[in-house]
Amino acid sequence: MAGVNRLPRGGRIDRAKPVSISFNGQTLSGYAGDTVASLLLANGIHLVGRSFKYHRPRGILSHGSDEPNALLSIDRGPGKIDPNNRATVAEARGGLVTASQNHWPSLNFDVGAINDRLSPIFVAGFYYKTFMWPRRFWDRVYEPNIRAAAGLGKSPDGPDADRYGNRHAHCDVLVVGAGPAGLAAALAASEGGKRIILADEQAEFGGSLLHDVTSTVDGTAAQDWAAQAIAMLKARENVTLLTRTTAFGYYNHNHVAMAERITDHLENAPDHLPRERLWQVRAGAVILATGSHERPLVFADNDRPGIMLAESIRAFVNRYAVAPGRRIVIATSGASAYRAAADAHAAGLAVTVVDIRLEADCGPEVAFVRQKGIDVLTSHTVIAATGRKRVTGLIVAPLGSEGRVGARRTLAADCVGMSGGWTPSVHLFSQSRGKLRFDDAIDAFVPGQSVQAERSAGAARGSYDLADCIADGFAAGDPLTARPRLAATPSLTGFQPVRILPTDADATRVRAFVDFQNDVTAKDIGLAVREGFESVEHVKRYTTTGMATDQGKTSNMNALGLMAGIQGKALPAVGTTTFRPPYTPVTFGTLVGPAKNALFDPARITPIHGWAKEHGAEFENVGLWKRAWYFPQGRETMHEAVARECKAVREGVGIFDASTLGKIEVVGPDAAEFMNRIYINAWTKLKPGACRYGLMLKEDGFIMDDGVVARLAEDRFHVTTTTGGAARVLQHMEDYLQTEWPDLRVFLTSITEQYAVIALQGPKAREVIAPLVSDIDLSGEAFPHMTVRTGFICGVPTRLFRVSFTGELGFEINVPSDHGRAVWEAIYERGRAFGITPYGTETMHVLRAERGFIIVGQETDGTVTPDDVGLGGMIAKAKPDFVGKRSLARPDIVAAGRKQLIGLVTDDPSLVLDEGAQIIDDRHRPVPIKALGHVTSSYWSAACGRSIALALVAGGRERMGETLYVTTPDSFAAARVTAPVFFDEKGARVHA
Amino acid sequence: MLLIPCPYCGERPELEFRCGGEAHIARAADPSAVDDGAWSEFLFSRGNPKGLYAERWNHAHGCQRWFNAIRDTASDRFVESYKMGEKRPLPGGE
Amino acid sequence: MLETPNAARRVSAFADAVSPAGIRPLPGAARFALRLREADATGEAAGFRLDQPLNTFAAQGDRLSLRLGPNEWLLIGPEADADAIAAEIAAALGTRFHTLVDIGHRNVAIEVKGPHAADILNAGCPLDLFDARFPTGTATRTLLGKAEIVLMRLDDAPTYRVECWRSFATYVHDFLTEAAQEFDAGT
Ligand SMILES: [Zn+2]
Repeated sequence: MAGVNRLPRGGRIDRAKPVSISFNGQTLSGYAGDTVASLLLANGIHLVGRSFKYHRPRGILSHGSDEPNALLSIDRGPGKIDPNNRATVAEARGGLVTASQNHWPSLNFDVGAINDRLSPIFVAGFYYKTFMWPRRFWDRVYEPNIRAAAGLGKSPDGPDADRYGNRHAHCDVLVVGAGPAGLAAALAASEGGKRIILADEQAEFGGSLLHDVTSTVDGTAAQDWAAQAIAMLKARENVTLLTRTTAFGYYNHNHVAMAERITDHLENAPDHLPRERLWQVRAGAVILATGSHERPLVFADNDRPGIMLAESIRAFVNRYAVAPGRRIVIATSGASAYRAAADAHAAGLAVTVVDIRLEADCGPEVAFVRQKGIDVLTSHTVIAATGRKRVTGLIVAPLGSEGRVGARRTLAADCVGMSGGWTPSVHLFSQSRGKLRFDDAIDAFVPGQSVQAERSAGAARGSYDLADCIADGFAAGDPLTARPRLAATPSLTGFQPVRILPTDADATRVRAFVDFQNDVTAKDIGLAVREGFESVEHVKRYTTTGMATDQGKTSNMNALGLMAGIQGKALPAVGTTTFRPPYTPVTFGTLVGPAKNALFDPARITPIHGWAKEHGAEFENVGLWKRAWYFPQGRETMHEAVARECKAVREGVGIFDASTLGKIEVVGPDAAEFMNRIYINAWTKLKPGACRYGLMLKEDGFIMDDGVVARLAEDRFHVTTTTGGAARVLQHMEDYLQTEWPDLRVFLTSITEQYAVIALQGPKAREVIAPLVSDIDLSGEAFPHMTVRTGFICGVPTRLFRVSFTGELGFEINVPSDHGRAVWEAIYERGRAFGITPYGTETMHVLRAERGFIIVGQETDGTVTPDDVGLGGMIAKAKPDFVGKRSLARPDIVAAGRKQLIGLVTDDPSLVLDEGAQIIDDRHRPVPIKALGHVTSSYWSAACGRSIALALVAGGRERMGETLYVTTPDSFAAARVTAPVFFDEKGARVHA
Repeated sequence: MLLIPCPYCGERPELEFRCGGEAHIARAADPSAVDDGAWSEFLFSRGNPKGLYAERWNHAHGCQRWFNAIRDTASDRFVESYKMGEKRPLPGGE
Repeated sequence: MLETPNAARRVSAFADAVSPAGIRPLPGAARFALRLREADATGEAAGFRLDQPLNTFAAQGDRLSLRLGPNEWLLIGPEADADAIAAEIAAALGTRFHTLVDIGHRNVAIEVKGPHAADILNAGCPLDLFDARFPTGTATRTLLGKAEIVLMRLDDAPTYRVECWRSFATYVHDFLTEAAQEFDAGT
């Protein structure tokens, strides 16, 4: 038998399949079907961790996803380690290496436990009160120390070795939770052929029925009824069943996010399966059958290992065949715990029940267990638990009239089950923006007004009786068909709300925990209220109650009740805190899904990318594009490579991949009119075959994008945009076309990727392509600068532009993308005799800066007008309107002193200024000094033999020849203002 | 994630859309006739009501049409969507 | 002057792609973006239907006409027919205001086929691909992960055709390959 505390019979474990796991280096045995928690308990281990703040020894509180204490680090192999796994959720399987957290050097001996002795100073708001001054201590002392001590568990330090999936799914009805209500709902909803998804966080469907061995439904054992329901659902093609799947987020319009755990429970998980999958479900209707959470009782030292929820004792005994103790005391304020007492007793364990309620207030449950020979002490309170690393007993006392506490006695116990009643799990309902309603009869918030197409069913709605749950599930699944009510064993329900157990002990010395995970005691909540925190949201943040990873599933109602009691308010007047996703912790891997590494973002590559890669290019990211940045040869630095590339273009010929430029084909009889309205330029008189540099503004008058536009025919323009602006510009144009000028007969089509674009620049460019081009006269007279021709290159149809962004004679050769590489290679082969040099974006930037050409997004930043960059002359003043025209007359735009584009040459010609560096006029002014502007572009210019820079400076064009000062990392550099052009000032070379 | 009713394609996931801000802000036929104050209102002033709000949407990764929709900003419920040029179906709302 | 030996050589965006079963990059095709005002969208032109409902396609022989917007069609035909298609459309539409733009090299296509095809696509596509909601004959622009695609359902195998812009080819192909992995080894 695996484990000293394994019961000889029963349970849903598979005794034919033993498994062993490692816990803190110790090998422990259990069976398939065990959780890590049940396996540990079977081996007599209750102490599984240390608490967050006081490092108190902690055990297993629950049997499910609401567990606050039993958080383990789980190691499934290299790169597959993560902290804070709930032992009550993690399935035991061979090869699992688990370890407790939050202690040093060991679980049994933890230095941090000193915090427990010092607890009087770790009161609510401790951090706020303590680490306030001296101020300089914050950075150097407080924060580093708090960070080192904070947090639960250790985050993994390597990359996550697992794969994760994603699935968008749709259904008519999503049922969350497959307990009795959820199963009934799914059965009813799926009868008519609707598409149903049924998801449950556990490894098996059945919910509470998985540990109910005594109830019957419709004349058969409840577990058999569940099995039949599951079999029926499996047989229906319209039903998708998802076990191990937690619905953790309920978003707009019935969009529900769920995490499916696919391989963690498999000993040898096949590589082709993702570890987990994010389901993004869009449901016509959602049924929330999420059950309820049991409340702990609040008494001194209620956190000792061995003290757990009463229903969890029932689950460990019945579902896992584990005796969590041999001598069990059940402390309760309600009826349901009597079922746990009876089941434990039936398994041969010694059981005593202590009930806070007056005998007269109890129901038939008392007689029910007394007749089995179980001792019941009604009208008794629990003063405290004894024991440290394991509970040894409960100190109880009778309650007299008016709450007088009588003589204490100690009940020996190695396990305590506590039950303070039940709280419907309304997290998802609340996330759906549904309004909660307080139900006095069950002392709990229940779903009130729905906001989305959603309905709660069963215990999630405050319905705790088994037959009621099933009936409610049927009604939720199919409201239109009346189904006969199934008879079921009456559940033991009803409880008396009790916020803190009456005690005669000194209240200032008592540590009675409300929130186990964040170590919040009843005293902390009292202190917060006394210090003036009234709002539940403020008390929550001040004390941190309910803010741990369990989101206060077990603690919220106790905390709210305590607040209400101290403030003398009714509980609904205190209100409740907001429930936010995720319902339970979700791995980052699941949220990321496949979007990592190469699939993190699309890496857009041009048809010539492969060639550039083979020729040693370094790449830079421009938007999603990979662009060749420079082509280092041998051991060249970037600086050396760029200088060489620049020289090659100025003196010979360079070849550049410009494929990423945005391209839009604007076609239609009103194409020129459309262009007139979008650009500042005039287009009507541009002849087919001619090109023009176009500048477009946003409606606010600031530069949005630029590029060369070719008129291919009267009714057809080939527009180019910046690489980064391509999508934005098309969007902008479509917006105006569809919403402002729907009467214009013009359509827009993106052709960015239809063409590979090869820029061939330099004095020898014409000679290089001449023998490759057919049907085009390349002579300067027939094909001047800023014109376009169509013909063939290497036998491939081309739109051949004679344009230049370098200041040299140049061509931009557009060929259909699939031919791009072949044409590039042909040109490169032909160009070798002329010293053809591939160059990248860095060289392109330097060459255009030497000529003073702006780059949108570098010289402009969304607040720059055409006049600011010296392009005011391009505005077609005769046009009545274009986008942005009116704004150019706004008072701020016409005011004097605007920043204007100028050139800067440093006194030290070898100094290359920092881009973004601030500019002032007098370095000796007292600080703070108002900056006049900033450097927008700055390079070493091989052609000029010195550094050059472009800058935006207030009143810049009035400052020609002035010396200004530019910030450097440690001082200022003097620089003289010049015109923003440094090479070939007349622009003659492009006409070569 | 919202489910947005495109008047051409029906309900489609929010991922496919771009929002263009408040609807029914007309661009003057002759902007040069608009004074500075009114022009800056046109450029920069937008409503921010709690409740019904008419917005421009573009089904960017679908039919690529621009359209208008009325959304309740408190609940995110879409009341109605309609094609550009069609009249706003509900009066007031702000 | 066609003296360069490799003049006609084409390099597909999928040159280096290794695909699992059920996922297949498709060879080049003639493609045009046809725009025509909604009121003029009657009958057919050059074997391409124009009056089918939005977000569906019509096939006549090897010519596919996808209606992606009220006034937008994606025309797909055999690559060798490209010039003929352009001429035939011009002739058929005559003076009706329309625009035709060659996008044969802008797009690439991948076929996704088999019993798990919809699950594979739904790894990144947010649409409901259930038979009744996305039946054979559907064609629409949508998303796959972070890439825009045009998705068509060609038959009941089911076979889907995914079109995307050329620079997204590697991403879309690899995304589908990753999503297919669990089914590839499992079947
Ligand atoms: Zn649409």
